[in-house]
Amino acid sequence: MRDPAEPSLFQAIVRATVRAITEAEIQLPIDVQEALQRAGRTEKNPVARRELGNILENITLARRLQVPLCQDTGVIVCYVTLPPDVAYTPSLTAAIHEGVRQATERVPLRPNVVDPCSRRNTGPNTGGGLPAIHVKPGERFTLTVLPKGAGSENVSRSAMLLPSRKEDIRGFVLETMLAAGGKPCPPVILGVGIGSTFDGVAALAKEALLEPIDRMDEFEQSLCDAVNGLGIGPMGLGGDTTALAVKVTRGDCHTASLPVAVNVQCWASRRAMVIIDVGESDHSLATNRFKNLQEVR
Amino acid sequence: MDLRTPLGEEILELHAGDLVTLSGTVYTARDEAHLRMLKEGIPFPAGGAVIYHCGPVIKEGWILAAGPTTSARINPLTDPLIRMGVRGIIGKGGMDESVVQSLRGKGVYFAFTGGCAALAASRMTLSGVIWEDLGMAEAVWVIELDHLPLVVGIDAHGNDLFSRVRQTAEKRYRQLREKESSHPC
Repeated sequence: MRDPAEPSLFQAIVRATVRAITEAEIQLPIDVQEALQRAGRTEKNPVARRELGNILENITLARRLQVPLCQDTGVIVCYVTLPPDVAYTPSLTAAIHEGVRQATERVPLRPNVVDPCSRRNTGPNTGGGLPAIHVKPGERFTLTVLPKGAGSENVSRSAMLLPSRKEDIRGFVLETMLAAGGKPCPPVILGVGIGSTFDGVAALAKEALLEPIDRMDEFEQSLCDAVNGLGIGPMGLGGDTTALAVKVTRGDCHTASLPVAVNVQCWASRRAMVIIDVGESDHSLATNRFKNLQEVR
Repeated sequence: MDLRTPLGEEILELHAGDLVTLSGTVYTARDEAHLRMLKEGIPFPAGGAVIYHCGPVIKEGWILAAGPTTSARINPLTDPLIRMGVRGIIGKGGMDESVVQSLRGKGVYFAFTGGCAALAASRMTLSGVIWEDLGMAEAVWVIELDHLPLVVGIDAHGNDLFSRVRQTAEKRYRQLREKESSHPC
């Protein structure tokens, strides 16, 4: 059994955190890039074409200049899978915090984390509860980061609907996008959580944003088509492309409840994963090229 | 159309939805700089000036990232600046009806693509700073633009592309809600 407190493993986790954040902030996942390129080819509205053209050029420039895609580098949300031979100890959290501090210096990230009431900035993007770290058991030791900007987070919503009115889920998704308009920097990706509990449904909605967007089931596609029917378009300036994808994650719930949450994500849907080698060598692999996170795990 | 600062009467020809590029000097200003301008006056030549709603990331005299910030926060602070001669505003998300009215016959609002911090920086050269004591995000940075690609969001004739799109979206929302979905969850 390995303990993240061991200096070599601790440093491997710090390095993995820095690598995942650096990759996520500078380069979009391949499925998101492809979705934006496809939208650029099919969009008919000339203003929307200009906006998508700017976004695609921005992606190319960020990669060439090795700078963040957006000045809102977000707050860091981490998803960790721990294999049976690695212990879950406070050193795991400490190592990820250290990685976020180093990434803030090096990438650099904008210091975004503040006390909720005094609004005093903590400095290195760490604080009570941030980065958010979600740990689950898995076969391999992986660390996935999802930097989340505020423009899209601020228009995200949840509701406890009536179990007898499942059709209201679609209405809630549409209503959320209508109220959001151009504020979340569309074209957006909508992560929809259905079921679980009041707190759990928001987590499901955020986890849906980790899913590859190059395929949708029939329900997801129908929601996506409806959202695009609103005509909000890139940046709220009108057009065919309001959402690149809608992804749904479900959980079982109380027979008297129907929790629903919509986590709105901007076009800069940033995520990257690192596989941490727990052996002596440091062969951690950074990637946001994955099409399917579950396959890698 | 390729525009250059300071802006003049040519902007009266623009219409909401026009695609333009802008070159020449612009001044960044967010909430704090606006509050100070209202108290102490505009610290740069106001006639034909363009204000950019932006809090850039500057490192050692270089602009690293300079995407637009949400303009709506600055709605109540904008009218006096237009009265003093400012003719152009660059930002994201649009502005409210009071600003649409202030711009009538006087100026235009340009939308720049949200999140495009690297693209913006690639079309910019830093040439100075005013009120640096406000901090990096809130200071007034003097920036030379080279063909920044923009969309006219609000023109000088009272046309607002954002509100037009919003009205259409509301109408379509009502239609979509009436239709039964064939794919229940």
